[in-house]
Amino acid sequence: MRKYVFGLTALTALSFAATASHAQELTVGFVTSLSGPASSIGLNYEKGMNAAYAWKGEINGQKIKLIKLDDGSDPSAATKNARKLVEQDKVDVLMGTSSAPGTNAMLTVANELKVPFIGVSPVNVPLPTEGHPWGISMVQTPQLMVKVIADRMKRDGIKTVGFIGFSDSWGDLVYNGAKAAETNGGPAVLTNERYARTDTSVTAQALKVVAAKPDGFLNGGSATQAALPLLELRKLGFQGPFFGTPSLLNRDFVRIGAKAAEGTQVSAGPVVVTSQLPNGHFAKKIGTEFHDSFKKLTGSDADDGFSGYAFDGWVVLLEAAKTAMAKAKPGTPEFREALMQAIYANKDVAGVHAVYNFTPKSYYGVDERSLVVVKLADGKWVYQP
Amino acid sequence: MNSQIAAILTIDGIASGAIYVLIAIGFVLIFAVTRIIFVPFGDMTAFTALTLASLEGKQLPGTVGMVAVLAALATLMEIFSLWRADELKRIPRALFFYLVLPLAPAAVIWLTSGTLLPAAARIVLTVAVILPIAPLLNRIVYRPIADSTVLVLLIVSVALHFALSGLGLLFFGPEGVRTESLIDYTAIIAGTPVSGQAMLIVASAIFFSFLLYLFFNYTLYGKALYATSINRTGARLMGIRPQQSGTIAFLVGSLLAAVSGILIAPVNTIFYDSGFIIGLKAFVGAIIGGMVSFPVTAIGSAFVGILESFAAFLSSQFKEVIVFSVLIPVLLWRSYTLVHAEEEDDE
Repeated sequence: MRKYVFGLTALTALSFAATASHAQELTVGFVTSLSGPASSIGLNYEKGMNAAYAWKGEINGQKIKLIKLDDGSDPSAATKNARKLVEQDKVDVLMGTSSAPGTNAMLTVANELKVPFIGVSPVNVPLPTEGHPWGISMVQTPQLMVKVIADRMKRDGIKTVGFIGFSDSWGDLVYNGAKAAETNGGPAVLTNERYARTDTSVTAQALKVVAAKPDGFLNGGSATQAALPLLELRKLGFQGPFFGTPSLLNRDFVRIGAKAAEGTQVSAGPVVVTSQLPNGHFAKKIGTEFHDSFKKLTGSDADDGFSGYAFDGWVVLLEAAKTAMAKAKPGTPEFREALMQAIYANKDVAGVHAVYNFTPKSYYGVDERSLVVVKLADGKWVYQP
Repeated sequence: MNSQIAAILTIDGIASGAIYVLIAIGFVLIFAVTRIIFVPFGDMTAFTALTLASLEGKQLPGTVGMVAVLAALATLMEIFSLWRADELKRIPRALFFYLVLPLAPAAVIWLTSGTLLPAAARIVLTVAVILPIAPLLNRIVYRPIADSTVLVLLIVSVALHFALSGLGLLFFGPEGVRTESLIDYTAIIAGTPVSGQAMLIVASAIFFSFLLYLFFNYTLYGKALYATSINRTGARLMGIRPQQSGTIAFLVGSLLAAVSGILIAPVNTIFYDSGFIIGLKAFVGAIIGGMVSFPVTAIGSAFVGILESFAAFLSSQFKEVIVFSVLIPVLLWRSYTLVHAEEEDDE
C-alpha cells in the first residue's frame, strides 16, 4: 500500500513537472471526421492540417503541440471532443470540423469556454450578446460564391439567366444569392425551377428555361447530379453558357457532365488553380508552398478545396500567435484573449484561399478576392482572369 | 405553353411512364400472387443500373457479393427446413436451385471482371445477376411468414427496403452513375425531337407487357399464376403449389425490375437510393389499377408519368405534391366503386 501511495505521489509530481515544462508551448486541438458520412471531406481536412504542420510546425523556435481527434461525423462527439481538449488538454486554440453541424457545436463550446476557435466549415451560430465572439470560419459564404459568378456574368454581357436548382436549402441559397445580385445590377433571373437529387428527369424544367430564352444558365445543384440540367439543356438545343458555384468542382460532375458540361464557369477558391495564377496574385506564393508540402506528405496533388481551409486556418493562427506570444504565456486565459484580439487586429493575412480580415462583427472574414472564376476545358478547370 | 412544348412534355412523360408501367406490373403481379407489396422493387431497379455501370467501368459490381450472401443464406435456410422435415433426398435439388443457379452469373462476372465485355453481354449478365435477388429474398424473408396478414407483410417489406438501400450504400458507394446510351438516334416527328432511348423504353414496356400476356394465357405456369392471383385457396385445391407460384412471381418481378433498370440507366444519374421514389410513383400507378388489373395499372402508370412531366413544367417545386395528391381522389373513387374482396376475412 505504501509503495502504491509513493508511486502515485511520484506520478503526480512527474505529471506536474511535465505540465510545468510544457506550459510555454502553444497547444492546438484539431477535430475532424475520419469516420462516418462526413469522412470523405474530413480526410481532406486531415491531410490539409498535416500539410500545414509539416510546412510550419514551430513558433519562435518552439515546437507547436498539435492534438488531433476524430468526431466520427457526429456533432455531439465534436462537442465532447472540444470540451475534452479545453478542459483536459488545456489547448490554446480549437480547430475543426468537417460538417456544418459539428462546427456549430464546437463554436458554441468555444463561445462558452472562451477559447479561440478556427472553423473550417460554414457556421451559423448567433453572435454572443456580451463581449466578442470566440470563433471564426475560414470558408467563403454562399452569397459571395454566387455574387462573384454573377459579377462575371455581368462583365461578360449576360443580361438574363435561367435557374434550375436543388429543391433544398442549397438551391434556395444559390437562388437568393442570384436574386440579391439582380437587385444590384446583375443579370435578371428568369426562372426558378427545382429538382431533387433522385429525380428521373428534368426535361420539363429545362424546357421552361429554354422557353424563357435566357442569355445564360445558373446551376443551383451540387456534385454529380448537378450535371443533369446541363445534359438536358444541351439536348434541347440551349446554346448559352453555363455558370455555377464551387459545389460543381467535383470529379463525378465532370465525368457525368462530359461534353455538355464543357465550358461551364464556376466561382472557386484560388487554391484549386494555384499553378495557373499570375505571379502577382496573393495566393501564388503561399499556395505553391501549400501544394508542395501537401504533395511531399501525401504523394498526390491537393485537387480539393477543403484541405486549403485547414491550411489557411493554420496560417491565420500562426500570424496571430506571433503577436499573442509577446503579450502572454500560452496556457493562460490572458493568452487566449490576446490570441483572439490578434486575429481581429491582423489585416490582410494572405492564405491559399483568401485574404483574411476578421472582425468581431462576423464569423466570416473573406471578401471577393477569395474567389476566382474557373472554366471547364477538356475536363480540367482553367483559371479565367 | 405551346403545342411543341406540350408534345415534348408528353413524350418525356410517356417515357418515364413506361418505366413505371414495367415496375407497376411487377407490383401487381407479386401482390396478386403472394399478397406482398414488394417495396424494395425500386431498389432492385437502381441496383441494376449500378451493376451495369460497374461492368462498364470494368469494376466488380457490388451485386456479386450481395447475391452470394443471399444465396448462402437461402441455401442454409432451405437445407435446415428440409432436414427438419426429414426430406434429405431433396437437398441436392435445393443446392442446385438456391446455390448453383443464382451464383452462376455472379461467378461469370467475377471471373471476367477487369475485362470490358461487349454491350450486349454486359446487359445479359446484369439481368442474369439481378434475376435471383427477388426470389432469394422471397425465400429468406417472406416464406417463413407467408401466412401473415397483408399488413405484417407490408411492414416487413418496408423494413427490407431500408435494409437493401443500406446494403446498396455499402456495396455501391454514395456516388451516382450514368451508363452509355443504348442508341444514339433522334427522330423528328412532326417537328418534335423524339430520342431513340425514349422509343426503346416505350417499345420495351409494350413488348414485356405483351410477353406477360402470352405467359398468362398460353403457358401452364402462367395459368397457375393467374389462378393463384384470382383465388389462392381455390388454386391450392386444384393442386397449384403457392410456394412455387410465389417463386415464379418474384422471378418475373425481378426480370421486370432488371429491364426497367437497364432502360433507365442511360437516361438519368442513378444513386443507390434512387429506386425508392421511382418505385413509389409506379406504386401510384398500381393503386390506380386497384392492385388487380394489369391493363388499368399500365394506363395508370403512363398517366402518372405524363402528369409528373406536366406538373414539373407548371411548378417544379410542387411536382411530387401534385403527383402524390392524385392518390387521394383515386383512393376515394376506388373505395366507393370497388367490390371488396373478402379474402382478408376468411383467414
